[in-house]
Amino acid sequence: MSTVSLRAPSISPATAPPRRRLLTRLPAAFALLPTALIVLIVYIGCMLWTVRLSFTSSTLLPKLDWVGLAQYSRLFANDRFLTSAENIVIFGFLFISGCLILGFLLAVFIDQNVRGEGLFRTLFLYPYAMSFVVTGVAWQWFLNPGLGLQKLVRDMGFPNFTFDWLVNQDMAIYTIVIAGLWHGSGLTMAILLAGLRGVDNDLWKAARVDGVPTWRVYASIILPLLRPMIVTATVLLATGVVKLYDLVVAMTLGGPGIATEVPAKFVMDHLFERNNIALGTAAATIMLVAVISILAPWVYMKYVRREGRHA
Amino acid sequence: MSDVIPQGRRPRHLTPARIGVYAFLITAALFFLLPLWIMVVTSLKPMDEIRLGNIIAWPQALTFEAWTKAWSSACTGLECNGISVGFWNSVRILIPSVICSIIVGAVNGYALSFWRVKGANILFGVLLLGAFIPYQVFLYPLVRIFSMTGVYNSLLCIVIVHVIFGLPTMTLLFRNYYASLPIELFKAARIDGGGFWTIFFRVMLPMSTPMLVVATILQVTGIWNDFIFGLTFAGRENLPMTVQLNNIVHSTQGERAYNVDMAATMLAALVPLVVYFVSGRWFVRGIAAGAVKG
Repeated sequence: MSTVSLRAPSISPATAPPRRRLLTRLPAAFALLPTALIVLIVYIGCMLWTVRLSFTSSTLLPKLDWVGLAQYSRLFANDRFLTSAENIVIFGFLFISGCLILGFLLAVFIDQNVRGEGLFRTLFLYPYAMSFVVTGVAWQWFLNPGLGLQKLVRDMGFPNFTFDWLVNQDMAIYTIVIAGLWHGSGLTMAILLAGLRGVDNDLWKAARVDGVPTWRVYASIILPLLRPMIVTATVLLATGVVKLYDLVVAMTLGGPGIATEVPAKFVMDHLFERNNIALGTAAATIMLVAVISILAPWVYMKYVRREGRHA
Repeated sequence: MSDVIPQGRRPRHLTPARIGVYAFLITAALFFLLPLWIMVVTSLKPMDEIRLGNIIAWPQALTFEAWTKAWSSACTGLECNGISVGFWNSVRILIPSVICSIIVGAVNGYALSFWRVKGANILFGVLLLGAFIPYQVFLYPLVRIFSMTGVYNSLLCIVIVHVIFGLPTMTLLFRNYYASLPIELFKAARIDGGGFWTIFFRVMLPMSTPMLVVATILQVTGIWNDFIFGLTFAGRENLPMTVQLNNIVHSTQGERAYNVDMAATMLAALVPLVVYFVSGRWFVRGIAAGAVKG
């Protein structure tokens, strides 16, 4: 009684009768059960619950009434939320492009057969090991106008030097970007350096024989080759952007005023401090929609399509 | 001077281009080192000296007072027992969370890459998508579930949360690793009559040392540096070090003791820094393994 398997690379011995095969797979199914439950309850259930709550008028306690899009129209009339949205766009753009540019430059310069390469690599990446809270506290101290960088430069003989971005409503968000760059560009460097090391040496020889200037090789040949690494780094950095919360809390607490509020903080504040669950969940839903619309195409390309080819 | 462009892969001469390369690298290194340097020197100065400014100078009256104060008597809100409380809380959160999330990830990765369970691919797909979804989407319902079941604000609660949100990365890590092993290995073990758990413990786990190291590095730094989960789920008794640090920095009455703040910051950064410097290239491999090979 041999079974003809329709799926080509069947892993269990093809001669096993179907019932036995099912039995041997049972422990595997059981092992995956907790994860399946977590996915079902937390990843899907909690997500739907949050979306549902955003259509209610819940304040301190959750209610299950229906107010349609009322919370969303309140949200988009809310200064704090609009500032948050604007800030995350500014931060996201500057942080991702800054990390990519700085990381690429660092990787290229490290890749020039320099002495002490290991030391440089270690120094560029160590901030990534530290928490955002540590990063935020450190930069807050360094950039505070009273005793930090501004005072330092003034004491060095430039009494008119001003660097008060940390307490300046219009500029505070850029101090968060600086701290973010310090934290994250080493990661980009590490990923891109791994990519550079994978470039075939013959390519360099060929380019040299043809007399192509080095910068041209980097711009026209190396950069396109690094595309997968750049995509990876961008995705990693982008998930960091969405999660931006601790850094802001540690560095500015959203201030001065509401100048450095970000969506994640908006949600947290409304859920756990301002007792406005409906508005908080509405903001969380907006975050969700934004992330899905940005990342869904990428995940589809990277995993789902390839999965199909292999099966 | 646009023609001073670094030339790739040349033999070592001290040409202007080489000097340019080193100048750039050293400048960058200074930028990355500066905050750490400032933290260290500030933590070693008495407050009188800090008030004078000159934030980057080496302390004239070197003192470790701020460090002892930060460790054992700095105030986090109303209590003044220093950041040591947070340190031990973080340790108590860290150990079970790391162990559990790695075990779950390894079993998942193994089941997903060798056993064709129905719907497993969908499960994996949803899990991967879940890795990108902002935590804020899950937090409130999770809090409700935990308070309904009575585990909210406990050590157990925060450990469960870390396992839940460590699932995507850990599963991906181990799935990719096991998928790279030759399938014949598994087939041979199956023919020899090995069942699900036998093959896992006798064949796969002993071969997983590199991934176990990578996963440990990833989870230790990740969980130690967590802020949002500790704040939301750990409860007042178990607040991790990051939350305590934030409280110390933002709760000081009157003049802020910058030296104590910086000593506390250094203490909070110590564990991940040690992990980073000891693990070296493994650290990079950890970050890359979750993403690049995916």
